[in-house]
Amino acid sequence: MISLRNVSKTYDNGRIDAVRDVSLDVAEGELLVLLGESGYGKTTTLKLVNRLIERSAGRIDVGGEDIDATDPIHLRRRIGYVFQGIGLFPHMTVGENIGTVPRLLGWSRDDIDKRVAELLELVGLTPSAYTPRYPRELSGGQQQRIGVARALAARPSVLLMDEPFGALDPITRVQIQDELKTLQSSLGLTIVLVTHDMTEALLLADRIAVMKEGQIVGRGSPTELMTNPGHEYVKTLMAMPKRQADRVESIAKAAL
Amino acid sequence: MSDVLREQLALLPEYLSRHLLLTVTALAVGIGISFPLAIAVTRVRLLKGPVLALASTIQTIPSLALLALMVPLLREIGFLPAVIALTLYSMLPVIRNTVTGIEEVDPNLIEAGRGLGMTPRQLLFTVQVPLAMPVIIAGIRTATVWVVGIATLSTPVGATSLGNYIFSGLQTQNYTAVVVGCVAAAALALVLDLLIRIMEIASARRSRTMAAVAALGVLLVIGGGLAPVLISRSSIDNRPGVVIGTKTFTEQYILASLIAGRLESAGYRARILDSLGSTVVFDALIAGKVDIYIDYTGTLWANHMGRNDRATADDVLREVTEWLRIEHGIECLGRLGFENTYALAMPRADAERLGITSIDDLFRHAPTMKIGGDYEFFGRPEWESLHAAYELEFAQTASMDSSLMYTAVASDEIDIIAAFSTDGRIAASDLVVLEDPRSAFPPYDAVILLGAHAANDPAIRSALLPLIGSINDDRMRTANMRVDIEGESVNAAAHRLGLSAGGGA
Repeated sequence: MISLRNVSKTYDNGRIDAVRDVSLDVAEGELLVLLGESGYGKTTTLKLVNRLIERSAGRIDVGGEDIDATDPIHLRRRIGYVFQGIGLFPHMTVGENIGTVPRLLGWSRDDIDKRVAELLELVGLTPSAYTPRYPRELSGGQQQRIGVARALAARPSVLLMDEPFGALDPITRVQIQDELKTLQSSLGLTIVLVTHDMTEALLLADRIAVMKEGQIVGRGSPTELMTNPGHEYVKTLMAMPKRQADRVESIAKAAL
Repeated sequence: MSDVLREQLALLPEYLSRHLLLTVTALAVGIGISFPLAIAVTRVRLLKGPVLALASTIQTIPSLALLALMVPLLREIGFLPAVIALTLYSMLPVIRNTVTGIEEVDPNLIEAGRGLGMTPRQLLFTVQVPLAMPVIIAGIRTATVWVVGIATLSTPVGATSLGNYIFSGLQTQNYTAVVVGCVAAAALALVLDLLIRIMEIASARRSRTMAAVAALGVLLVIGGGLAPVLISRSSIDNRPGVVIGTKTFTEQYILASLIAGRLESAGYRARILDSLGSTVVFDALIAGKVDIYIDYTGTLWANHMGRNDRATADDVLREVTEWLRIEHGIECLGRLGFENTYALAMPRADAERLGITSIDDLFRHAPTMKIGGDYEFFGRPEWESLHAAYELEFAQTASMDSSLMYTAVASDEIDIIAAFSTDGRIAASDLVVLEDPRSAFPPYDAVILLGAHAANDPAIRSALLPLIGSINDDRMRTANMRVDIEGESVNAAAHRLGLSAGGGA
């Protein structure tokens, strides 16, 4: 569904490499997590896909078509995007926020209203209660649900998510992660999700690509990476949740 | 209510609505230019420096000077130069706030807009501008308050405004008029400010109801305020109109009122365009914006003809009349009968103590004296010829409003002033006028000037001819004193002057 071939992004006339020679395939209906620490090029890689950032070299296809074939405006309207920090427009109601892309695409008023109600149902919020509200009246979890609903408004088959759950409290986070999994399988979405949260990656991903200093240093299903990490950095990363889990377990035992 | 106050309030509808018309036009045009310009600046970075620098520079030009500069630039007086100057003044706050407001929109939201597939234009109008709106409106508010205030300075360029109260009130010591003008201008600024403030809050809270209420309020104020102008324009008045211009001092107001009265009796609709700058009124006469005004032969001789040689009063009148007719097609109808010359005047007590009776006697004392004059005096040829004829070097010169000059000399803040010889305050402040044995000041016979339109109208000529030779120095001085010292209204003083001049009014 998405394929990156030898993609690079350099800044400052090639002096700074943000993304180095990345090749990557995401199958239809798959959830791929780009994992790594801040500054290792995950978000840049994500933004290259919908051309929020233009790559310096390589080729990217989405849905079997070179992304340079369509102009970036239309490309972005076809690809759902959930932003780090959510990015809901504070001057628009929930309904207007969700209806943004359909409006840009010139849908009729009725179609937009219907779609907004449908999406609110989908993310578990009562349409009549939430449509007229403003983002500032919502909790963080509710805002992020709206963010997801907005990204899905024009029925994209591809969804890009940049640290979508970073700002949420742990309980809400787990809940929304679950909802996302359900949504993905029911809608058959192809998702690329950027995170630095190891546990989140393990719980959500069909496949993980680990990035370090602009390169992919390991890839595979969570199980594959656990059993056969290969690169030293992957090994350290994979050991972390395990170590945390062990520690939690020992505390739990002591409490008994 | 006192008669003075009632007389002033009767002028309010016209002054206020003309003030409002100036303000609203300037703001509408100003916002219409500034907003797109600010948008262009946010999209083409290179423009930002030059545009903001230009707008700031305009702001640093003193407002009165900017307004006055528009007159020679446009060769026009009245509404147009005033509106253009005010428009220029309104621009900086709108441009600055629009640029800042748009630049300060959260970059995450801009990225969100782009990521959802907005074109730069859609991003601008659906995200950036709406989010910047509270800041933009704050800029409009600042511009509104500035423009309402500065519009009072439109009076000297011939655009009627609330400034008419202030300029003529200060000249004629009619503080009721000054206060009415200030209060009305302040009230207008406060009301508009309040309404826009409500819009600002409405925009910040995204409350459509509040915005609608504020917009309705603005419309009511503008509609109500403009009604007098619009009605007076549409009302049927078949009488031919005549415009009488005045400079900025008492005598001019009185004579204009006297002339207006005579023309009204002769079946004309006379309008007085008061408090014009000395050169503004002359240019307006040439341009046909003003039909009649009173000038002085010496002023025409020295300022407009550029002469600095000396001649007898009769010769000056003859040459001035000839020059006006040939060069500008203006008719000098004749002398009113009095002379309003510049004259040096000082407190009687000081003069007696120092033994000064003529300008010659000043020679020894000048280096320790402070001399005051009106705004024009020290830039006029008479000041130079005073220098040249008497070789005087004063310790200090001080330009001030002519109405303040008499107070300043009476309270010894300055030692001597360049007064007008017909000024009622000379006697009232117990000043003596020094003799001018070397005729440094040319003769200043007051003359009636008619523009082409008035000159060719026999009815106007016959209405005004009886005034020729009918007002001597004494009568003029008395009329001036009634207004300046005794607080009589200009119209009442004009009426009495008309009776004493024998022509009836």
